[in-house]
Amino acid sequence: MAKQLMSGDQAIARGVWEAGVMFATSYPGTPATEILESLSHYPEVQAQWAVNEKVAFDEAMGAAIAGVRAFVSVKHVGLNVAADSFMVFPYAGTNAGFVVLTADDPGTHSSQNEQDNRYFAKFGKVPLLEPSDTQEAKEYVKLAFQVSEQFETPTMLRITMRLAHTKGMVELGERVTAAKKPFVKDNIKWVVPPFAKLHRAPLESKMRAIEQYAETFPENRIEKGTGGVDYGVITSGVIFQYAREVLPEPDFFKLGMTFPLPKQRILDFCQAYKKVYVIEEGEPFLEEQMRYWGVQNIVGKELFTNVGELLPELIAEQMRGTKAPGDYSKEISIPARPPMLCIGCPHRGTFTSLNRIPGITVTGDIGCYTLGGLPPYNTMNTSFEMGGSIAHAFGFERAGEPKTIAIIGDSTFLHSGIAPLMDAVYNRGKTTVVIVDNRTTGMTGQENHAGTGKDIHGNPAKKIDYEALCRAMGVEFVRHANAYRPKEVEAAVRQALKFDGPAVVISEGPCVLTPEEKAKPKVAFTVVAEECIACGLCFHTGCPAILESQETYRASEHQKAKPKAIIDPIICVGCTLCAAVCPPECIVRVDGQPWGA
Amino acid sequence: MTHNLVFAGVGGQGVVLASEVLALVAAAEGYEVKQGEVHGAAQRGGAVISHIRFGDRVYSPLNLRGQADVMLAFEKLEAVRNAHYLKEGGVIIINDYRIEPTYLNTSVKYPDDPIGFLKTKPYQVKVLKATEAARAIGNERVASLMMLGAASRFLPLRAETWDKVLRERIPARFLQLNQQAFEQGQQAVAL
Repeated sequence: MAKQLMSGDQAIARGVWEAGVMFATSYPGTPATEILESLSHYPEVQAQWAVNEKVAFDEAMGAAIAGVRAFVSVKHVGLNVAADSFMVFPYAGTNAGFVVLTADDPGTHSSQNEQDNRYFAKFGKVPLLEPSDTQEAKEYVKLAFQVSEQFETPTMLRITMRLAHTKGMVELGERVTAAKKPFVKDNIKWVVPPFAKLHRAPLESKMRAIEQYAETFPENRIEKGTGGVDYGVITSGVIFQYAREVLPEPDFFKLGMTFPLPKQRILDFCQAYKKVYVIEEGEPFLEEQMRYWGVQNIVGKELFTNVGELLPELIAEQMRGTKAPGDYSKEISIPARPPMLCIGCPHRGTFTSLNRIPGITVTGDIGCYTLGGLPPYNTMNTSFEMGGSIAHAFGFERAGEPKTIAIIGDSTFLHSGIAPLMDAVYNRGKTTVVIVDNRTTGMTGQENHAGTGKDIHGNPAKKIDYEALCRAMGVEFVRHANAYRPKEVEAAVRQALKFDGPAVVISEGPCVLTPEEKAKPKVAFTVVAEECIACGLCFHTGCPAILESQETYRASEHQKAKPKAIIDPIICVGCTLCAAVCPPECIVRVDGQPWGA
Repeated sequence: MTHNLVFAGVGGQGVVLASEVLALVAAAEGYEVKQGEVHGAAQRGGAVISHIRFGDRVYSPLNLRGQADVMLAFEKLEAVRNAHYLKEGGVIIINDYRIEPTYLNTSVKYPDDPIGFLKTKPYQVKVLKATEAARAIGNERVASLMMLGAASRFLPLRAETWDKVLRERIPARFLQLNQQAFEQGQQAVAL
């Protein structure tokens, strides 16, 4: 069979296709986003973006109960959104195969926490598989469906960012076709709440059966080392690869299934060595279970931190006593280089506008605009999770902080911003909400959503009308403003703050990374130096293309001379924001054409 | 034997593309390859680091600090930030090009002479002006293939495999310029 270079995410997608899955869905979230993106290129799989993870989970659950293999992928915190469904599904079990993938993010490279979702598997009583490389990523999807159908249980697959975004060669296989299973109406089985008591004990029996299966599961395997040491290692996932890199000598018990665990085999393994190191990233999930069983000769979290990524050099340091070289920041200045809003990003306009209104507090949300909490803007004062901003603002209001504004992106608003806005209407709130509508899911890579008018393939779809939606919920103040016209946004937000009721301002400007925007011709802007009064307002937009000139301007003899502005014509994309805030109107297009001020 | 490389640069410079091309070339020559990078948020301008390892059997997709044989630095500050991934005597190929970061902490400024600093360390420092040269031949973006061309001098991979992968991976309308950049990069560094 052919081999192909694939990322872990692409390999998962391939595995889903090979497993005969008919329906797959997700909400974008790094590091899982590319799984569904990749799946959208397999025509045999109906792949679609859902408005949020709970909806995605429920749709896949519905499809599996109805009788086709179904798949849902989420980033780790996405499973929190779907947790209500996740926790109850095992009570009934599934009809056709159902697999949920969680992509965790140790080190919080693009997330708000580093929760270890292995606990979800135990919490929900859902078997859990953890591949360690790209080839396994593909194969384990198929194994997960096998487990799911054999035990009629939802099954979970866990990867971490390093596997999701690591490329390796993957041997490709064929797609199997699975006939649709009939859905047999059986209300005692599928109508869970009245019969939950009935399901509870059988669920435990099922777990015992899966524990037995784990004892013979071939991917719980001993990996022999070169020998000469008196200790063994128990590990799983990508940490197996790190640990094996550093430790060629010991035998490893590599766990492909980390819930439920093969108790007898682990006990036997531990007995065979003087000491066993349990090397796991994140929380002591394996170790806790082993200690509960009374295993004495193990070493775990006392050596391997649960904070951040467990990088291979950290394993080497603890196991070999080698000290990895540190960086050179003690000898030479190394400024951080955080990601920044793109040049031309419409969010700059919204932040510039909000910064013109004194005395406000801004509750924020999750998206590119979360960067508004950092310099040079410092506009946003809170941000935690998806959809929190609006209810947080209402909470501030209830605590006597009336000048609070919620800022939320279009995709996030549809994900989980609607219910809190409805609540503010119902409970007579006066919450002011700014929806920053950049017409895409920006941060995860420009995925379409219910408000973009396009589906996952870019084909036309129904487009949610935010204004009509807000009005239907009883919001009486809804204004549109152009994000690149800060005076317009500022005026709308000031009115919204005065309005006696919940008020929504939709600050509009397309993400510059969408294909449509990238295709548009760009004309840079320039500063007419003689007319520049060095007021600094264009600097306040935070645009990296606007630089300080050597030339200065002094308003009067008593004032300090200040640098005028110049624009880097190579990186300027002509978004017009700086021109719109320039009092003497001396920022113009380089070609001298009007720009629609 | 494993060949261990680190590519470092700034989002938008083509670090990911160059890494992928190298991974494909190594794979085409029958090596086991692992390549991974951190790419979280889609915004441009953040620091990017990519690890590429190939050999008969590769476990960790990440290099340990002090393990890399070759570092390809697409930007000077990123060279300094990541140089500790190199082993002693390792080769560091630096694009003599400066991209100003967005400063969150103004007390930490862009270093005066990052290349001079690295020359005082136990590495073989090779410098080329890839961005400048790429602009001169018509497109700043081909600097990434120029850097890759320079790296190819230090790797046991055959010219025909590079050529084959470039043809497969680079869109036809950009192919010639990228090939030119790749060759120019090869000539720009001494072993």
